[in-house]
Amino acid sequence: MTTIVTAVLILLLLALVFGLILGFAAVRFRVEGDPIVEQIDALLPQTQCGQCGYPGCRPYAEAISNGDAINKCPPGGQSTIEALADLLDREVVPLDSEHGEEQPKTVAYIREDECIGCTKCIQACPVDAILGAAKQMHTVIVSECTGCDLCVEPCPVDCIDMLPLPVTPTNWKWPAPVSDPNLILTDRGRGHLLQGGSQ
Amino acid sequence: MTRLYSFHGGVHPPENKRQSLGAPIRQAPLPARLILPLQQHIGKPATPLVAVGDTVLKGQKIAEPSGHVSAAIHAPSSGSITYIGLQPVPHASGLESPCIVIETDGQEQWIERQPLTDYQQLDKQALIRHIRNAGIAGLGGAGFPTDIKLNLGRDHIVNTLIINAAECEPYITADDALMRERPDEILSGIEIIAHLLQPSHILIGIEDNKPNAIKALRDAIRARKLPIDLVVVPTRYPSGGEKQLIQLLTGIEVASGSIPADVGIVCQNVGTAAAIYRAVILGEPLISRIVTLTGFALGHRQNYEVLIGTPFSVLLESAEVDRSRMFRLVMGGPMMGISIEDDRIPVIKTTNCIIAATREEMPPSPPAQPCIRCGMCEQVCPASLLPQQLFWFAKGREFDKARHHNLFDCIECGACAYVCPSNIPLVQHYRFAKSEIRNEEAEQLKAAQARERFEARQARLAREEQEKEQRRKERAEAAAREQARKKAEAEQADAGEQDPEAELKKLKTAASIARTKLKKARDALKNAQEKGLDGTDKLEATVLQLEQSAQAAEQAWQNATGVQH
Ligand code: SF4
Ligand code: SF4
Ligand code: SF4
Ligand code: SF4
Repeated sequence: MTTIVTAVLILLLLALVFGLILGFAAVRFRVEGDPIVEQIDALLPQTQCGQCGYPGCRPYAEAISNGDAINKCPPGGQSTIEALADLLDREVVPLDSEHGEEQPKTVAYIREDECIGCTKCIQACPVDAILGAAKQMHTVIVSECTGCDLCVEPCPVDCIDMLPLPVTPTNWKWPAPVSDPNLILTDRGRGHLLQGGSQ
Repeated sequence: MTRLYSFHGGVHPPENKRQSLGAPIRQAPLPARLILPLQQHIGKPATPLVAVGDTVLKGQKIAEPSGHVSAAIHAPSSGSITYIGLQPVPHASGLESPCIVIETDGQEQWIERQPLTDYQQLDKQALIRHIRNAGIAGLGGAGFPTDIKLNLGRDHIVNTLIINAAECEPYITADDALMRERPDEILSGIEIIAHLLQPSHILIGIEDNKPNAIKALRDAIRARKLPIDLVVVPTRYPSGGEKQLIQLLTGIEVASGSIPADVGIVCQNVGTAAAIYRAVILGEPLISRIVTLTGFALGHRQNYEVLIGTPFSVLLESAEVDRSRMFRLVMGGPMMGISIEDDRIPVIKTTNCIIAATREEMPPSPPAQPCIRCGMCEQVCPASLLPQQLFWFAKGREFDKARHHNLFDCIECGACAYVCPSNIPLVQHYRFAKSEIRNEEAEQLKAAQARERFEARQARLAREEQEKEQRRKERAEAAAREQARKKAEAEQADAGEQDPEAELKKLKTAASIARTKLKKARDALKNAQEKGLDGTDKLEATVLQLEQSAQAAEQAWQNATGVQH
């Protein structure tokens, strides 16, 4: 009898001790903010273009965490949808074309001699990637431009172009090897040469 | 004799080295144009110091390192700068990149050389700066700026210096020729490196297929009585891989993701050692290197001493290329090199070999078959990876998994593709996967940056809005205060007329003042009359006047009180 009582008491004591530890840990190591919103935000491309219908990626991340669809972000495209579906355990769906198509990445360039210095583009840029002052020529900091397109519309003289980033040896990517079955012996295309190159 | 260890895997491809070793190193012709890419090394491209039209001397610095990991570039010959801009460069992409083009004048006129023969007396940092100024980047293949490897600081204690003389890749004999002909340059270079790093142990790792080079080095070491161990390793590709050579010589396996310096080892190539000797003892920056020209489409297969920037085409002509027989032009060796299509590209600091191969020599690869999971690739992989697994992940674009299977430990040696019975271009798949992963990482970095900027902008807008609000409030408050003040004033003015109490008081004061004045005037008059002064009539008039006004004041007050009561 006493053994049972002792056992129960010990267990109770243990439960109490661990409960205290857990309670303490919950207070001490509390995670700030809403981690799921952070995680969703981390998967969004941060183009901040607003094509999803929200004023930026973070608001959309919040909307998704509140149940909005995951297929509204054209710059992220299919890969972002897949990553989001994976994270949130939802169904992979095709991109909602209502919000736009997935397009190759571009960067804004201002034709500087045509710029009248109205500062409208600066006000539109969500990441402050445009430099300039009133009545002065404006220019885009290419490395900071997300290609969101938002500065093109406000420009009264239409001097902003969205151009694809030039491919240089630094950002060039190795092509995927040519899909195997199509390869024939007499094919001396570039892919073929690349294949042989390492042999 | 040092004990030999071994590394996993490896293959024995046909060596094809003999062809290029028949003749001594030959000086390549001086080309009319030298093309110097600003990026010939790992790290940031160099920044030009010259402008179009400038004349330069041989050995003059024409571009300086931009940032910590970067290397300087020097004019390989005298002449004038004719162009700075895009030119095709030796890169797998076949793309163009910024270059400086020098039109040579044929004078080969040197700038004043600045040797540091007394380097042992010098501050180590000054010596490292000198090496950095000479633009030396690893000549073995990767092109990592050498000064960084020599300047490890206090967090890395170097106990072993390994000089890589393995040169394991078929066809290439540039290091072999250098060791045969200039062993003393190499040893002097090693002495300088050892002076900087102070290792307790110096090893030279060389494959046993280079008996002449071994002999030359051994004799030179003996003659100089240097504490250097020359370790002859069995010929097995890729024993010259940095981590593989370290494992062969020391038995230490450098962990995935760490560098040899983390385990107290620094590796340098023999060519780099010779370049350091030239920079320090002769005061000559890195402006030339030895390049193996080989392949059966060439009339002369041998090693050339080539100025950096010499176009491939010039070398091919000089080696009497038979273009009708040339089927493929390869930069680097047959295992790790890349096929190139444009022979206008220049030799850079990392170019060790050019192969002009005939069709029989390097036939087109047969079509790839499905993987049969034979496991041969796994057996030969020197990095102990699972190549077939990596292949599946790369093909299925499961890059995360590929990374977790240590894709980035793959040295792209090509051993797996060499043995694969299905002729799968495995290395291409890995290169593809690696560049996709790198690209994704760069994009993530950019996204994080964009997020930060977006948030900073949001914060700025909020702050501005708040400030505006604040100002508006302040303005409104100020206006309200102003109004209140004005109102109060007006009210006061009104009250002066209306308040009877105050009015009464005023009248009373006025009456008493008038009385006092009258009294004073009367006193003055009396005084004057008593003394018999003149002008009393004037005083009389004043008194009369005052009497009247005092009376009027009294009257007003009386009236007012009358009204009041
Ligand atoms: S659509 Fe634009 S703003 Fe919306 S999540 Fe995608 S990148 Fe961000
Ligand atoms: S909106 Fe157009 S014109 Fe106005 S500052 Fe920007 S680029 Fe110049
Ligand atoms: S190429 Fe990579 S995977 Fe293939 S054998 Fe070499 S290190 Fe291993
Ligand atoms: S050697 Fe080729 S066929 Fe064999 S397992 Fe590796 S990839 Fe597959």
